[in-house]
Order: sequence, then C-alpha cells, then structure tokens
Amino acid sequence: MNANHIMNTMEMEQELENDLLEITLGPSHPAMHGTIQMKVKLDGERVAFCDVEPGYLHRGFEKECEDHRWNQIFPYTDRLNYVSPIINNVAFAMAAEKLCGLEVPERCQYLRVILSEMCRITDHLTCLAAVVMELGAFTAFLYFVKARELYYDLLESVTGARLTYSWLRIGGARWDIPDGFVEQAKKAIPETRRILKEIDGLFTKNRIFLDRVVNVGVISQSDAISYGITGPFLRSTGVAYDVRKAHPYAVYDRFEFDIPVGENGDCFDRYRVRMAEMEQSLRILEQALPKIPGGPISVKDPKYTLPDKQAVYTTIEGTINHFKLIFDDIHPPKGEVYAAVEGGNGELGFYLVSDGGNKPVKCRCRPPCFPIMAALGGIITGHMLADIIPIFGSVNMIGGEMDR
Amino acid sequence: MGLEQKLSGVSYIATKAEFFINWARKWSLFQYPFVTACCGMEFMSTMCSHFDLARFGAEFPRFTPRQADFLIVVGTISHKQAPILRRVYQQMCVPKWVIAFGACASSGGFYDNYATVQGVDKVIPVDVFIPGCPPRPEMVLDGFMKLQAKIQAEKLDEHSAEKRYRMLP
Amino acid sequence: MSMEIIEQFQAKYPDVVEETHNHRGDATVRVKPDSWLQVFGFLKEEAGFDQWIDLTAADYLGREEGLPRFEVVVHLRRMKDGARIRVKARLAGPSPSIDTLSGVYKGANWMERECHEMYGIVFKGSPDLRPLLLYPEFKGFPLRKDYPIDQRQPRVPLLGSEVRRYSKAPDDTPHGHLAAEKKNV
Repeated sequence: MNANHIMNTMEMEQELENDLLEITLGPSHPAMHGTIQMKVKLDGERVAFCDVEPGYLHRGFEKECEDHRWNQIFPYTDRLNYVSPIINNVAFAMAAEKLCGLEVPERCQYLRVILSEMCRITDHLTCLAAVVMELGAFTAFLYFVKARELYYDLLESVTGARLTYSWLRIGGARWDIPDGFVEQAKKAIPETRRILKEIDGLFTKNRIFLDRVVNVGVISQSDAISYGITGPFLRSTGVAYDVRKAHPYAVYDRFEFDIPVGENGDCFDRYRVRMAEMEQSLRILEQALPKIPGGPISVKDPKYTLPDKQAVYTTIEGTINHFKLIFDDIHPPKGEVYAAVEGGNGELGFYLVSDGGNKPVKCRCRPPCFPIMAALGGIITGHMLADIIPIFGSVNMIGGEMDR
Repeated sequence: MGLEQKLSGVSYIATKAEFFINWARKWSLFQYPFVTACCGMEFMSTMCSHFDLARFGAEFPRFTPRQADFLIVVGTISHKQAPILRRVYQQMCVPKWVIAFGACASSGGFYDNYATVQGVDKVIPVDVFIPGCPPRPEMVLDGFMKLQAKIQAEKLDEHSAEKRYRMLP
Repeated sequence: MSMEIIEQFQAKYPDVVEETHNHRGDATVRVKPDSWLQVFGFLKEEAGFDQWIDLTAADYLGREEGLPRFEVVVHLRRMKDGARIRVKARLAGPSPSIDTLSGVYKGANWMERECHEMYGIVFKGSPDLRPLLLYPEFKGFPLRKDYPIDQRQPRVPLLGSEVRRYSKAPDDTPHGHLAAEKKNV
C-alpha cells in the first residue's frame, strides 16, 4: 500500500476493524464504587474484552488478624462488608465458637438473627440505591437512604455506633439490648414496607428501567456454580441455595421464610430477588421480635466471657479473671474449622486455624463477591459500554470484602 | 494572581475583596468525593436528606477533578491507590482544598501494615482532618464548617505557588 | 456424609491420602501434592462435588516439625445434598509449586492468583498468575510469617517522615516484646 493508494470502502472497514479502543474505567470513578479498575477494549460501543483489576482497597486483613488476639479481630471483621457489619461479626463468632466447642445462649442467638436481618436489609437497600442512582434515578436513592436511616438508628441504640458495631464477642455479645428496642423495631417494619412499595411502584414496571436491565448481564447456572458464586447472583439464575436453609445456623430453622429465585439470571432478576429478600427479612423480624427469650447474653464460662463489673470491682477472682481475659485473651483448642453464614452477597465463610495460642495461625475470610468479580470479565464481554453500569451495580461489590 | 499579590493586605479595597471572594467560595464548593471504603456509607448519609450537605451549597459532586474545588478523601488509601490520588489532586485547578475524612485517611486508622498509607497527608497536602471510624455525619458537617472558616480567613494571595502549591515529588 | 467419600477415595487410591480427620464435623483429607489433579478429578466427576467454595494457603513456619511449611487448602461443596469437604496438601521450601485447578473449576483462577502473590506458591499450568491485590512493584510475599507486618513499599515518594516507633515482633507474647530483650532483664 503506497501513499497514493486510495482505499475503497471494504478495505477501510477491514483496516478499522482491528482498532479496539482501550479505555480505563479507573479506580476513582463514581460507578466503580471507588475501588475497581476495569480495562475495557471497545469495538465501537461493544465490549470486546474486559480485564477487571481489584486490589485498590487491600488493607491486609489476614496479616492483621495473625497479629491480633482473637477478640481483637472483631473490629477488622466489621470493615469487611461494611454495609452489613453484624453479619461478618456473626460469621467470625460462629467459626470461633465452633473451634472452641461453645454453645451460645438462646437469647444471643435470637438477637444475632434479628440484627443480621436488619443488616441484610441495609445491605440490599444500599446496593439498590447505588444501582438506581447510577442509572439516573437520584430521588429513589434518597428514598432508599431514608429507609436505611431507620435501621442505623435502631442499631445505634443497641451497639452505640452507626456503622461499625463490633458488638459480638466469642461466646456471646458485648451487652444486651436496651428497653424500647423491640417497640422501635416493630414500628420500623411497616415504615420500611411503605417505602419499599413506593420504590416498587417507581421501577418494576418502568419502561426506561426495564430497557436498561432486562437481558443484561446474564450468567448460566452451571457457570455460576463452577465459579463458586452464591447469594442473590446465584438465586437470580434459578438455583435456590441459601445457607440459612441449607445449613441452618443460630435459630433460623425456627422461622418461616421463602427463598426468592429468578429465572433468567439478568440484572432485573437480581433487582427483583433483592427486593423480595428484603420482604422475607421483614417477615423474619416480625416472627422473631415478639419471641426473644430471657436469659444471659453470653456463655457463662470464665475462660471465654468477661465477668460482671460488680464482681470485677468487689471480688479478687473477678479482677483476676478480667485481667487475664483482657491481657491474654482466650486460647481456643488446637484445630481448624470452616463456618459459613449467608451474607448480603452470598456465602461468607471463615476458615480459622488455631494452635492453642491467643492469636490465630490463619484467619481467612471467604468473600462472597470475589468469585462474582472473577466471572465479571466474561459476563460483560459482548455488552455495550453503558451496560457495564447496571451489571456492575447488581454485583454489589463491597471493596472491603473483595480486597480485604 | 499578579493583581491580588500587589493588593494583598494593603488597603481597604483588598480586605473587602477578600471578604466577598472568600464568602462566595465557601458557599459554593464543588466536591470531588474520592470514596474508597466504609466511610463512604457515612458520606452518603451526610449527603442525603437526614444530614443535608446541600444546605451548605456543596451538594452536587463533580466527578471530574477539572471541575472540582475540593477533594474529599473518604476511606483508606492503600499504596496501590496512592499514585492515582496524587494524580487526581494534581489535575485539579487552583484554588483547591482537601479534606481527609475518617481515621484511615487521617492517619491510616488501625491498619498499620504493609498495604496502607499512614495518612493521606503523606501523599497530598491536607486542610482539614475529620477523625472517626466512621465519623458521624454531624462531625462531617462540623469539619466542613471548619473548612469554611479556613476559607473565610484566607488572604488574597493565598493560592499562589509560594504559599501553597509547591510541586509534589 | 463426606467421610464416606473420603473412605471411598482412600480405598481406591490408598497411597495418595496422608491424613484424614473430622474435627468439629468438617471432613478433611490431606493428600500428596503430586496427585492434586487426580484427587479433584475424582471429586468432581465421581463424587459430584460441583460447587467451588474456597482456595487458600497457610504458612506453618516453625510450628510443626517433620511437615513441610506451606499448606494449600481447598473447600468444596456438593449442590445436591450440601456435603462439604476440605482437601489439603503440604508444600515445602522457598518456592513451592502445585498443579492448577483452573481447568477443573472456573473460580479457581482468581483465588490462585491471590495465593501466589501472598505466599509465593506457583500454580503450574495456570493461564494467568499476575498479581491481583498487590501492585507490580511489590517485592516479596506478605502473608508469609517471615515478612514483617509493617514493611512498607511505597509506590510514590511520600511527604513527611515515616519514623517507626517500633516494629511488631513475630512472636506471640501479649505485649510483643522480643524474646531476646526479655533475656537481658
């Protein structure tokens, strides 16, 4: 081809076809939830190739856990999935209690279920808020956050903090719920239902929303299982796997609730599954709140639980016990366990290894959104650039959990 | 810049001009929220209806540094993220301010390890630090008001290369 | 449930299994690293463990004499009845390596990338072993027990000074005092 050759249309098309535009949806991007970089190669408007690069929020969770004592790890677990922190606390506490062979009192089990379901509601509210805001519906974002504030107030009255609770301990919880908590929670439930109904009216039959999310981001059942995807992402493909039903923990086997599933595995099914799951969580709350039993909040074992303040200040045994637990912490017996709970995104598991010391040898968090992000490159390929936004939003990637 | 330097601190006109320019700047700040971690949830709460940031004139985030006035660094900055933060800061136009939101942005929080920068001020110069893990929205509004007080107290030649903007390495 | 699978496997390939236990109800089997693909082929095709759960590694430096230092741990689950199983293998030395599972389970690749950059375990035959959570300029393997927790490798020159007040010792006394300093008292 010399410079004087004028290309005809067919030759020009062949020349241009090899040009893939590479753009970076960089880590500081409003729709990337702050911490994911996607290097996308575009052919016109279609994605030809997508490489997801996580790790911009890697904070060394496992290394910190190996350096801290068992009960000191709870604040680190809060910041894993920071939109539903109690669920991470429950997962770690359950794994450590399985390792120690402890049986937590019933009152604590009920409270763990109640607060976990509240956190599941805040998780789904935040996820859907981010998705619809990125699609342009800012008002619905404000409605979702308004609903979320109800639960932040409730959780603040119990734990003292709005977001990072560190309320659980190995063997129980830090302190009991205040008076008036149950009444306030019972008032929050119909208010949440009202807000969810309003939002449902805004989106479920909305032509613009449907055009953007139906048949977008489809994944097949066998792919999802092979990747290890769990949670609403898997349930949207039609597989009814929920850790609360398959491997019941705490007192979930005493409550009636359904597992909503989708059909196609697209973004719209994930939206519907999350909305339905919030309704099921409200159902569990309605069943659990009147039935909280009395009794102690933590295991009555001086090797694991701090004694009462009265005993610490007035008896010598209480003082020594308190001193030993604060300075030397618990010593779980040697062994390894894996325990899983149903997080907002799927199966959140902890693999703990102990050698009898007061620090873990290995504390691994199995993040539910990690395998989904592994599959994301394949899901996005073939869609248009604007489809990346609802697909990525429906993944509900939480940076703290993904990168740890 | 040249006129402001000649006038600064000298005359009645300069102090009045300072008052009005700073008043206008502090009530119309455009933020660039550099959100990474858990503090982002409290940032969202601060922006929304319960603890409104819109009444301070700072409602609408500009997601490009070229159009933003102040950079609010929300959440932990890891060493992997540090060059991106520095580049975003360098792309912003003068005058610009920085708020470090949260314990992790102020000093690394409790992540004293191989992956975390111990405070955003090791990467870019910071004006206001808001402690808390995460800070309550009322604390964020208080920090924002402190930034406004700082802006109001600025002289005309504050935003010049000698006083504020030395080249970052 | 899973203990029967392990017994079945042990009967079929007797010289591959090194140790089994069922501590706290978690069925676990430790196998020889050379037979890694054989084990997972059996588990996926014949035993029906189709759901991938987790792959990680642990560093037992100086803790157990007689056993190699690193251990790769894989968790699997069977969708039809919910049985879980844990498979482990011990790897030795400064550059451990084992076969990749990315051909068998799709979710293995990213977890192997993370394991590689954190521990230095090479997964032979892997399609992609680039660092996932760390940056390319990072040297060393942070989750190994001999990497000090606060050894930082900044990517941009930092402003201000980073004066270290102390560096946490890798021992497990409650206050982190070095054993050597204790002897001087």
